[in-house]
Amino acid sequence: MPQLWMLQEQLLINFKKMGKTIIEKIIQLHTNEEVKPGKIVWMDLDIRSARDFGGANVVKNYEREYGNQPVADPRKTFFTFDLVAPAKTLKYADNQQICREFARKHGIKIFDVDMGIGSHVLIEEGLALPNTTVVGTDSHLNILGAVGCFGQGMGDVDITFAFKTGKTWFEVPETIKVIIKGRFTYPATTKDLTLYILKNLGTEKALGKAIEFYGEVIENLSIAERITLCSMVTEMGGIIGFTSFNQKRLSELKDFIKKDIEPLKADQDANYSEIIEINIDGLTPQVAAPFSPSNVKDISDLKNIKIDSGFIGSCTNGRTEDIELASKILKGKKIKEGVRLVIVPATKRVYKELLEKGIIEILFKAGAMILNPSCGGCAEGHAGLTGKGEVQISTGNRNFAGKQGKGMTYLASPAVVASSCIAGEIISPDKI
Amino acid sequence: MEKIKGKIWVLINEEGKLINDIDTDQIYHNAYLHITDINEMGKYALGNLKGWEDFPKKAKKGDIILAGKNFGAGSSRQQAVDCFISLGISLIIAQSFGAIYKRNAINSGLPILTFPELDKNLDYFETGDEIEVNLLTGQIENLTKKMKFQANPMSKVQYGIYKAGNLFKYAK
Repeated sequence: MPQLWMLQEQLLINFKKMGKTIIEKIIQLHTNEEVKPGKIVWMDLDIRSARDFGGANVVKNYEREYGNQPVADPRKTFFTFDLVAPAKTLKYADNQQICREFARKHGIKIFDVDMGIGSHVLIEEGLALPNTTVVGTDSHLNILGAVGCFGQGMGDVDITFAFKTGKTWFEVPETIKVIIKGRFTYPATTKDLTLYILKNLGTEKALGKAIEFYGEVIENLSIAERITLCSMVTEMGGIIGFTSFNQKRLSELKDFIKKDIEPLKADQDANYSEIIEINIDGLTPQVAAPFSPSNVKDISDLKNIKIDSGFIGSCTNGRTEDIELASKILKGKKIKEGVRLVIVPATKRVYKELLEKGIIEILFKAGAMILNPSCGGCAEGHAGLTGKGEVQISTGNRNFAGKQGKGMTYLASPAVVASSCIAGEIISPDKI
Repeated sequence: MEKIKGKIWVLINEEGKLINDIDTDQIYHNAYLHITDINEMGKYALGNLKGWEDFPKKAKKGDIILAGKNFGAGSSRQQAVDCFISLGISLIIAQSFGAIYKRNAINSGLPILTFPELDKNLDYFETGDEIEVNLLTGQIENLTKKMKFQANPMSKVQYGIYKAGNLFKYAK
């Protein structure tokens, strides 16, 4: 009965080939082991990186464990200095120099303190490509999901091991599907959508899982907007988020990365641990109140909240598009007396675009301070800390107690931060 | 090796409830990220967690930490794990862990166990109780209260790395 036998064989193959989600497909491209949720596999890493936080720890681990042995592949290994840029204390200056000397010795390229946020630089430089695997000492490296790349933040032990071997162990995560229904209405932006999703998912639903975002609104997001959404998958507790594309946005992506590669799509019969629908019709600006990014409220619920300072930037909202949006609100206006606004472009390329478009001048005239590209107002507040009692409104992604200083940080969109800095209190852009 | 015995610290707030979403800045504040020597890290453990600032002075070698949901949310800093190793903490049990934190703990050889039912059994765990935990079966025995509970056992890879000491030794 050869035919029946063949039929069974075919069934078995079909069973094994049962639908895969995007994360399962990318991991499968990087391992010979069977990929299924919950299973731990060893996978190859296309790019491994470390930044100035964690970088010196990586070097220290490396030299202790491996001495003078070469890294697996210097062409796939990078340092990106973005947090304390340039170094403001001797300790950080020392740590950065430790990385530079290690890099010179091993022939590793450094994107130094002038370049901006590492995750963004990896995209701009065509290193984080669709369907590849990238790791680094930045918990927001899953931002790379914006271009269909499996980026993952890791600690210095993991990254040391990745430098040496080009591999890591990884537990294949389950995937949840989030379908966004409805349309944006002014003045809501992608940051508001992101905060609204976070409000709906909380920090538990996506914990340890991959997320795939679908819906017409998602398909039509620009790269900058995808970066905003994917960056805060970290705050949702997720491993990574992927977004669906329409044809127009797909060709934009190819232009941006200068390569004819398309992000993998999930199979029709892929297995999701949960499917969640969120309707955003009538969505108004959203604000995360202290001290948790998931403590999200409608802006109308926040009344008479006077602010001392504002920050526009970070890996979540530091693209040209984000700062341009703020500049449209600030154009011809003045920041309220007594309020400070600090603006930090994500990268050198963004800075250049802002200069060329005349946006820096608009921001300057409105009274904003413009700093060099970096993580700026986030970790350790390189762009200034908040003092006790200070109220800050920020486009960043975290407002944990003590993160940016002793004050209280509210998280919002660039449009809300700009309008709030003009009004001196938290306010929706359509109310000024 | 698979059994760990020690006194517990239950990370609760003023109302006696488990604190959820304890992030890496509360565990190990970013002001100390320039430190690369593990011996220096212990004194900053939980230094930014309200009500627990003096933890490093009170904790003893071999102690066990019990925590709520999403312990170690936030950044990828290894110091948030290493500060507990520095203090000699022998095990962390939480309802769930932040994804990166979980990896960092496993790779550093600091045993962690997920105990999703901890909140429901909180009455039976008080700071100072002595417990014995079997990492391979996930069984938790409260020796003080003479009660047994079931947590999720360690995965093979996790136990392998723990037994070897850390990821470097495991993968050699």
